[in-house]
This record gives sequence, C-alpha cells and structure tokens, in this order.
Amino acid sequence: MIDFYLNGQRQSGVEVPPDTSVLELLRTRLGKTGTKEGCASGDCGACTVTIGEPNADGELEYRTANACITPAHQLQGCHLVTVEGLARGDALHPAQAAMVECHASQCGFCTPGIVMSLFTLHENQRRAPAPLTQARLEQALGGNLCRCTGYRPIRDAALTMGDYPDTHPSWADDPGLAVDVGKQRQESPAELTSQGHFSAPRDLAALRRLKAERPQARLVAGATDLWLETTQQLKALDDLIDVRRVTELNAIEATDDGWWIGAAVPLSRLEPLLEEAYPAFAHLLHRFASQQIRNRATLGGNIANASPIGDSPPVLLALEARLLLDGPDGERELPLGDFFLDYKKTALAENEFIRGIFLPRPAAEQNLKVWKLSKRREDDISAVLAAFAWRLEDGVMRDVRLAFGGMAAIPRRVPRTEAALEGQAPTLEAFAAAKAALDQELSPMSDVRGSAEYRKLAAANLLERLRLMIDTTHNDTKVTLDAYAH
Amino acid sequence: MRTLTELAPEASQPAPARRAESGSGAAGQSRIHESAVKHVTGRAAYIDDIPCPADTLHVALGLSPVAHGRLTRLDLEKVKAAPGVVDVITIVDVPGHTDIGPVFPGDPLFVDDEISYVGQVIFAVAAESYQAARRAATLAVIEIDEQPASLDPVAAAERGKFVRPTHHHQSGDWEQALRDATYVLEGEQFVGGQEHFYLEGQACLVTPSEDEGVVIHTSNQHPSETQKLVAEVLDIPFHAVTAEMRRMGGGFGGKETQASPWACIAALIARRTGRAAKLRLPRAEDMRATGKRHPFHNRYRLGIDDQGVLVGGEITVIGDCGYSPDLSDAVVDRAMFHSDNAYSLGQARVTGHRAKTHTASNTAFRGFGGPQGVMIIEQVMDDIARHIGEDPLTVRKRNLYRPGRDVTHYGQRVEQLQLLHDLIGELEQSSDYWARRQAISDFNRESPIIKKGLALTPVKFGISFTVQHLNQAGALLHVYTDGSVQINHGGTEMGQGLHTKVCQVVARELGLDIERVRITATRTDKVPNTSPTAASSGADLNGQAAKDAASKLRERLFDFAAEHYRLDRDGMRLEAGALVAGQGEAERRLPWAELVQAAYLGRVSLSEKGFYATPLIHYDRNTGKGRPFYYYAHGAAVSEVEVDTLSGEYQVTRVDILHDVGDSLNPAIDIGQVEGAFIQGMGWMTSEELKWNDAGRLVSDGPATYKIPAFGDLPPVMNVKLLEGHPNSQASIYRSKAVGEPPFMLGISVWSALRDALASLADYQVAPQLDTPATPERVLMVAQALRDAQGAA
Repeated sequence: MIDFYLNGQRQSGVEVPPDTSVLELLRTRLGKTGTKEGCASGDCGACTVTIGEPNADGELEYRTANACITPAHQLQGCHLVTVEGLARGDALHPAQAAMVECHASQCGFCTPGIVMSLFTLHENQRRAPAPLTQARLEQALGGNLCRCTGYRPIRDAALTMGDYPDTHPSWADDPGLAVDVGKQRQESPAELTSQGHFSAPRDLAALRRLKAERPQARLVAGATDLWLETTQQLKALDDLIDVRRVTELNAIEATDDGWWIGAAVPLSRLEPLLEEAYPAFAHLLHRFASQQIRNRATLGGNIANASPIGDSPPVLLALEARLLLDGPDGERELPLGDFFLDYKKTALAENEFIRGIFLPRPAAEQNLKVWKLSKRREDDISAVLAAFAWRLEDGVMRDVRLAFGGMAAIPRRVPRTEAALEGQAPTLEAFAAAKAALDQELSPMSDVRGSAEYRKLAAANLLERLRLMIDTTHNDTKVTLDAYAH
Repeated sequence: MRTLTELAPEASQPAPARRAESGSGAAGQSRIHESAVKHVTGRAAYIDDIPCPADTLHVALGLSPVAHGRLTRLDLEKVKAAPGVVDVITIVDVPGHTDIGPVFPGDPLFVDDEISYVGQVIFAVAAESYQAARRAATLAVIEIDEQPASLDPVAAAERGKFVRPTHHHQSGDWEQALRDATYVLEGEQFVGGQEHFYLEGQACLVTPSEDEGVVIHTSNQHPSETQKLVAEVLDIPFHAVTAEMRRMGGGFGGKETQASPWACIAALIARRTGRAAKLRLPRAEDMRATGKRHPFHNRYRLGIDDQGVLVGGEITVIGDCGYSPDLSDAVVDRAMFHSDNAYSLGQARVTGHRAKTHTASNTAFRGFGGPQGVMIIEQVMDDIARHIGEDPLTVRKRNLYRPGRDVTHYGQRVEQLQLLHDLIGELEQSSDYWARRQAISDFNRESPIIKKGLALTPVKFGISFTVQHLNQAGALLHVYTDGSVQINHGGTEMGQGLHTKVCQVVARELGLDIERVRITATRTDKVPNTSPTAASSGADLNGQAAKDAASKLRERLFDFAAEHYRLDRDGMRLEAGALVAGQGEAERRLPWAELVQAAYLGRVSLSEKGFYATPLIHYDRNTGKGRPFYYYAHGAAVSEVEVDTLSGEYQVTRVDILHDVGDSLNPAIDIGQVEGAFIQGMGWMTSEELKWNDAGRLVSDGPATYKIPAFGDLPPVMNVKLLEGHPNSQASIYRSKAVGEPPFMLGISVWSALRDALASLADYQVAPQLDTPATPERVLMVAQALRDAQGAA
C-alpha cells in the first residue's frame, strides 16, 4: 500500500505489484496520461516527473526523476508532481508559458518531460536564484531528448521563464503540504506491499535483518539499472529491499583523512563535496548521466553493478577508495581494487551489501584528470574512461595511479603503465614506455560503443594528452576542447 | 530574477521576433502551434493516451531472432496457455491479403516460410494486459534453419541482388567529358543510415465497428494507405474501415508506410475477438522491426577543368534497401535526383542501385534519399578544392547552376537561377566567412592538437512527390451557424505545424481571427483517398485544397450577400471578421456570424470541399528525363567546428543558416523546421550510429546505444534566418515554399567542416575520406591516418 501526494492531492492505499513503475502507476492506474513513455529505460526523459521529498528542515525538495524506471513504492511519503499539476486553472506555469511563447514544442511528445525539467529548474531558482549558465542549463535539460526542435527554443524558454509572472499551482500555496508529506513519511510501514516484498527498512539493523532473512532479495536504491530488468527483459521483481531510507547508507561522514559516503547517497547529493575536493570528478558526474538519473543513482549501485563501463569505478580506483561491506556476518573493509573480480563478478557475498565508500582526501599537490570518451557528450556511456592521479615532486611524477574503464572486463588500474611513469620526469621517453606498457596491459573488445582498435589508440592518446598537460613546455598549447576540459 | 552569465552574447538573447505575435494569426504571421497549450499541460492525446474500452486487448509480437533462414517449427502452445492470453495469430489467420507491400509486393504481414531479417514479425499475441502479452510472446518455440545473411549492400549489388531494377539518368556524352577533362577525380564514401527515433513509438488502437469493419486510431503519416491495407488484410471493402489520426509524437518518414503493419495486426485481433486491440511497440522492438534511413555507398569519377568546374563523368549510388522494396525505388531515385545538389554535373551519368540485404526494409526519412545523394557531390566539392588548392567555398560557387549551365542531369531547367548565388553571397557576408577562414588558418598553424574547421554547404531540394499521382490533396470545410469554422484535410500533424498553417490559410481566406478556425483529426471518412504527409508537401498540397474550399465558400457567401442584402458584388471582401462591400462612404460591414446565420436561413450550404493537384510536373522513367519537381527550395549553412585530434572529440561552435521558404506561411514555425532539421541532420552526420552485429542483429536498439543530439549539442551560437524578398516563382500557396525536408541537408556542413579541420593536418593538401556518421572514433582514426602519412612523408 502506497500513501503519497499527487499534485497536492492525497493518494491513499494504492496497491500495486512491487515491480510497478511510477509511470505505469500514473498512466494505467491513476488515469494521468500527460507523462509519456518514450523508451522505458530512463534515456529519453519523456516521462520526467518531479518528486518532492522532505529535507532535514521539513521542507519539500523537488528533484526530477524518470518515472519509467522509478519504483512506484518509492513514492511512499513523497509529493509527486506531474505535468497535469502545474497550471492554476487556465493560468500556465511560467515554464509552460515560456515553452508556448518560444515555440518550443513541435510534436509535443517530449514536451511534458521538458516542462517538468524546466519547472524543477524554476523551483530551484525561486528558492536559490543563481546564474543560468550553459553548464546549468545542460544539467537541467541534458536528460530530455527532443527530436523536433533542435533545442534552441527550449533554451530560450529556460532563459526567459524567469521573466514571467510567478504563477504557481494552488498546491504550492498550501503550507500544510510539506507537513502532511512528512507525517506520511514518518508513518510509513516497513513493508509496502502484500503482493511479494517491497521492504523499506529505516536503519542498518533492520537492513541486516532483512538481508539475513531473504538473502536472495534484490537491493534497490535508485533503480536506474535494476528497473531495466523489468521494463526491458520482462523479469518479475517481486522481492525487493529498498535501501533509500536506511539512515546509515544515506550519510556522508567527514573524517580526518577522507569521507565515508553512504552507498545509497544519490550522485546529485555528492556534487557539492566533489566540486570542493575533486573538481575533475564533479565534472565527470555532469557527463555521468542525466540529472534525472543523478538524482537517483548511487555510488554504491554504480560499484555493485560491476559494469566494465561504469563511470565512477576508474576514478575511485585512481583515488584508492575503499569499501565497507556489511551483512549478517559482520562488516569488512576492502580496497576497491579487490572488489572487481571478473566481468560482472565481485567480492560481495550473497547476503552482503555495500554500506559505504571511503573517499580519501586529496593528497598535497595531487592532480586528478578524468577523461571520458563517448559518442555524445551528455548522457552517454563511455567507450573509454581514463582517470589519472599523480603529483609532481622536483619535476618527477610520484604516486601515479592510472585507471581505465571500457578497456577490460572490469574497471582496473594499470600497474605496469603506472610503474613506467613513477619517479620519471614527464618526458617523451617515459611516456613512450608507458604507452608500450599500456598496450600490453589492456585488451579491450569491440562493441556498439567502439572498436578495440579505437579504444587502444584513444587510451594511448589520452596518455599523450596527459604528457602535454604535465610537460610545462607545452603550456600554451590547447590540448582539450572547452566543453570536455577539466 | 533571471541572471545570465558565461553565455556568449549571441547565445544569450532569445530572439524576441520569434515570439508569438499578436494579430489575427492569418497566413504569413508567426502563430503558435495549434496544440502548444495542450502540449505543455499534458492534455494533447497520443495513441496510448486515448481512453480505451474496459475490455481492450493488448497485443505483443513475436519477432525473428535470426536474419535469414527458413522457419521449420513454430510451437505457440505455451504462448496460448500463458496467463491472460486471449488470442494468438500467424500468417494462416489472415483472411485477405498476406502481403502488405505499399507499392510493390514483398512485405508479408507475418513470416510465412522465409525469414528475411532480425525483427521480422512471426506471430502476434493478444492478452488482457500489456505485460501479460509481452511476457507470453517470449514463450514461443521457434526453430529456424538459419542461412547466411547478406548484410553488405556493395557485395549484394555486385551479385545483382536488388529489390528493384537499377535506374540511370544521363545527360550528354559523359565518357567524352571524362576524356576532355583537365583532371579526373575519383572517390567513394559510406553514408550511414539513421533511426527515426520519433519519441512516440509505433502505436495504434483498433476498435471493431458494428458492421464487419473497424475504426483505427493510428500514429500514422498515411491513414488512407492504412485504411486500404487493413481492408485488404481483413478482406472487407474500404468503406468498412475508418482511420483516424489526430497527431503523431513525431514521424519523420518512419510512419509513412511502416505504421500500417501494426494496424493490420491489431485489426485482425479486433475482428477475431470482437474487442478493441491496442498495439504499441516497445522501443527496442520498434527499432529492430522497422526500417530506417537507407545507408548508401556512393562513388564518383568526375572530370573538372583547371578552374575546378565539373565537366562531367559518372556517379554511382547504392542504397541499402533492406529485405524488400517498400519505398526504396523512389528513395534511390531521389538520391539520384539530388546527386547534383546545387551544381551542374556537366555531361554525366548517374546510376542508382537498390541493393537487397537481410535487414529491416529501409524506408522514408526526411529527405527521402536526397541527403544521401547530396553527400556525394558535397564530398566532390571538397575534393576538388584540395586538388586545385582553392577554398571549398570558391569551388562551390563556381559550380553552382548558372546561365548556360541550368539544366539538371534529368532534364529539368533550374528556374530561380540567381537565388542561390544571392543567398550564398548574403550568408558569406553575415557569417563573416572569409575573416573567419583566415582566423582559422592562423589558429591551426599554431595549434598542433586542436584544429578548427569551417564549411559552407548549400542545398537545392526538389519539391513534389516524384510519383506523380500523389501530388493531390483534398479538404473539407464546415461553417457552423455561430460562425465557427471547422477545417479538415488529408494531411497529418506530426509536429511540423501543418494544421496551424492550414488554419492560417482558412483564416486568411475568410478574413477571420484564427481563434474561430478549428482543425479536427484527419479521418479517412472525412477526406478520402489522400496522399501521405511526406515529401515536405503537406502545406503545399493541403493548404491549397483548404484555400480552394474556403474561396469557393466565400464566393458563395458573396453571391448570397449581394442578392440578400442588395450589395455590390464587385470588390466584396472578407476582412477582420466581417464582410465588407463598397468603398468609402458607401462601405457596408456585416459581421461574419450574422452573415453566416442569414445564409443558413437562406438555405445556402455552409460546407465545402476543396481539391488541389500540382500542375506542370512529369517524369518519364524510360528516358530518365522530365520535370519531376514543381520548384526547388534552397538554403545554405556555415558551420564551424573544433576537433581534438588526439581523442577524436569535437564541438560545433557556431552555425549560421540562411534558408529559402519563399514567402513564409508562418515564420516562427518555419524557423523551427529549419533549426530542427539542421540538428537532426547534424545528428545523422555525427553521433547517430546504427550498428549491426555479424549475425545481422541491430545492437544500437535503444537510446542508451543510439545517440541522437541532446541539449548540449545545440551549438552555442546559432544564427538562423529566412531569406526575404524571394517569393516562390511558382504559384504555390501564397508563394511559400515547402520546409520540412530541405534544411535537413544543411547538417552536411558540419561533416564538411570536420573534413576541413582534418585536412589541416595535411596542410589542406589532402581531402581525407570521412565516412558517416563521423563519430569521435571515425574522426580519430582519420586524424591518426593523416598524422601517420605526414610522419611517413
């Protein structure tokens, strides 16, 4: 039974199977067909909705999500806003009015999703006005594909909606809404369905207990990968444990030498920390996936998924991150490098889960470069991802840590290539040796994202880019494009 | 509250002129899309949004997992026994036609014996829910005697494996021209295909009617053809089938012929069960089962004089048609018709092959083969420039059609000869082409890794269906007694603003505010026997038909008013919501609603139909000569790129476009078409890569692997203007020009700019072959080859 609010209206006791998506719930159960299905895989944004969740101050914070791969049961104690809930009578919300006046819809099928992304941007602007830079617009709209307009009028709508009278939906005037949602959330039961399991434990002890009772149960956090098993492969997901509400898995804890990041912390919540500590990592997050996905996907999920083309593992490997694994048999720490065993195989036992990721603080003078190669700059999966960490000491490279994604069955470091550079000045010769070692160490495959030949050449060329950046004699040579640089 | 920083000044200024204008909204003015408010509020209904009868069945498909072979066993017992399943059908359950080839036979509704591609439909299952149907469809036991798949169109062409015979255009003695030429250049290219990626996938809802027929709601560019095919499949008369189409969530050609199979299948289920049946394809199945833009392999051998002007030679284009003819004959024809683009080929032969491969049947897609033809001659222009050491723009300008060189290789005279010269001249100025060329040369000399490129490419696109009989349209106009007007026509709305433009035509003819004119869903029982909304012809044809209906009704009202009110019939007009007669002191104004009411009481018909057939056009396939096009639409784009030659990454940094739409029917909508087409064309040239594995299975079968342009791919500077002061030289609707397809080819400027940037690695002495899509991988591989060659030299 799900209790939530939809466009300001209370929805009580909604009973659906555990693998029902928010989109299915809206379209087939609640008769709200404004939200569209474009791909059912979280890649096109036509199903974008906005979900308001109470923050620490009890206010509702609104974030976009792909309804097609968001579990309906995760709406429990949330305020779901859809395209039907924005206008006040005939008066359009500024996001809608600007879209109309800028001629920003053609076929109109992607439009509800775009309106929701704009609405969310508008809400954020209302709460905390900030410059609408190109980077911010890309973050807000990069997950919404439009096949008709070419985006120019959508950009115009984003830039002008702030000039419209602030017409907002009537639910936004209701100060009691956040309180009611918060109350609903507090009163949420630990088991949300009778048609299988959708368990939503609140703390670590409860999670351990559930994992002990049902080791075969699938853990779900953002569901951004898991849910494709039902929408694309038609698998039944009827035994789920939701970790999104587990307090310990949602904390970010600073220590003297780094940060423990709860495995269920969504990527978008990591952005401020990474902007501060590792700007190159933060920049990668913007290309990691769309805003809708970043609002839900987690570091823990990206690691546990163990894909050879996951974007965060190479960076975390280069930064020598560690994992805290937990389960009924107790907890254990593990260097991330020991976690990936083989293609999609990890060191995680069936009854274990990732509790947290330890991200060390940057060492003095440490440099980090993260370069992702993909067909499209935004919201694409890497053909090659390279993460390079090092520091320069008296003109020689120290603590060289190089890691790659897309180049082997697992994300991995390249120790022989590192060794070729360790203690060396960034000379042509040293890098020639490094490239030769890299060529030996990695044997990528050919797939839809690129040929093995291309991957090898590109990976070697990224080492060359690194050399040009480090070697100060090339200081005035531009070696990356502005939009890709960091 | 709005704060702008870090955006280039050009980019940060939303163009106020493009905002909706006030005024009556009649033709010629920028007017918002008739469904815009419905789009942004979620009230615009697409197929899957239509409320269904409670007992509606959901249909899922069983698709072939192999590319070529014979079906040896099909066991559907488990499918039939699956929870919620109500009906399962195969080819043997089709009472009427089993082949639904739209022009030529070759498209079986279900596999009979031979399997021709991965994704071909073998059976359909109807169940109580969408999930139940999809899950049941996976339970079939399918055994196939697999045979080698032919996936290489060049090899197929060499073996003479064609879906239709080869066709030629020839003008003069091309072999002699090659012998006389100062230089002879040769080259080849692979031009990739393109997935339509309409955001609304293929979908239909079919309801059985109380006689033997059906009513079909379908996301469809060609409802009349679907009506015909459904009737033939069910073996019932056409009048028993009604197809209705309010709007598509994108079409782009992908719902011209390839929306019909789903309607036929759902109609079979609806008739068999007596229940409504909905069939919508999940994205991956949509991408596997339906055809795409044809990939092409093109070759040229052309002679030039010492100025780089073409004297003649030959061009060969090989279209990869997939397994069946579909529309491929006309698609390859159009590639041939456009292999000259804007340039006189001299004495030339153009050959077009229609290669058969074991993939989905490739189909219409914005430009309909034209873009693939344009690609070869645009490569030629760049190749000539490198050969003679001139700027590519100089070479393009020298080769444009001009007096004395004004007849195409298929015998059509180019009428607006000066237009493209003027247009390019204006764009050269406004884009500051030559100063930027100099700046780029300077930059590239100093920058070893990042290279910039610049290119101007034009387009001259022929407007009309090359199949003559399709160039007709009908409209139906009703005026109700309150003065409100309803217009209906044979065209379909897929986002292009056709319905808005047609309302504007009617508003202009009747002197009404557009608010009084409402358009209704396209229906085969309102306007029959219609043509597809395709070939950019929607507004040209249906606008004229609507104008015909409105002007006939207007004349009838004038006759009535002259007699009833004893007014002077001469000089009578409809304007600003009133009938106006007489001049000056004698002027009389009669409000529209009053006039309409009086006419009704006077027993004057307030309904009218309109019709239009495009004049002048003809084409003789036997000689390969004629005037297939009523007129040409033109445009040009200048694109600038920055390429990282170490990684293959690139950015389009600035685009300037000037495009010819004659006298625009709606400048805001036309600019939207130009921009949208450009970005779609850019995607085709860059990131949109279709990949099949060795077994012929499409592996780029969803948006995770097939990358259409996203928000950040919009160039930071994009200046788009419509050419002014050049009304259509032909009597098109208010002297406007078609706009759907022509600007698609402007995206080719991005590819040419990438070649330009890459050529700088060889000091512009070499014209690198850059196949498309020019993904970062392809760009890197070409850059590396150029570097290696330079190193070796």
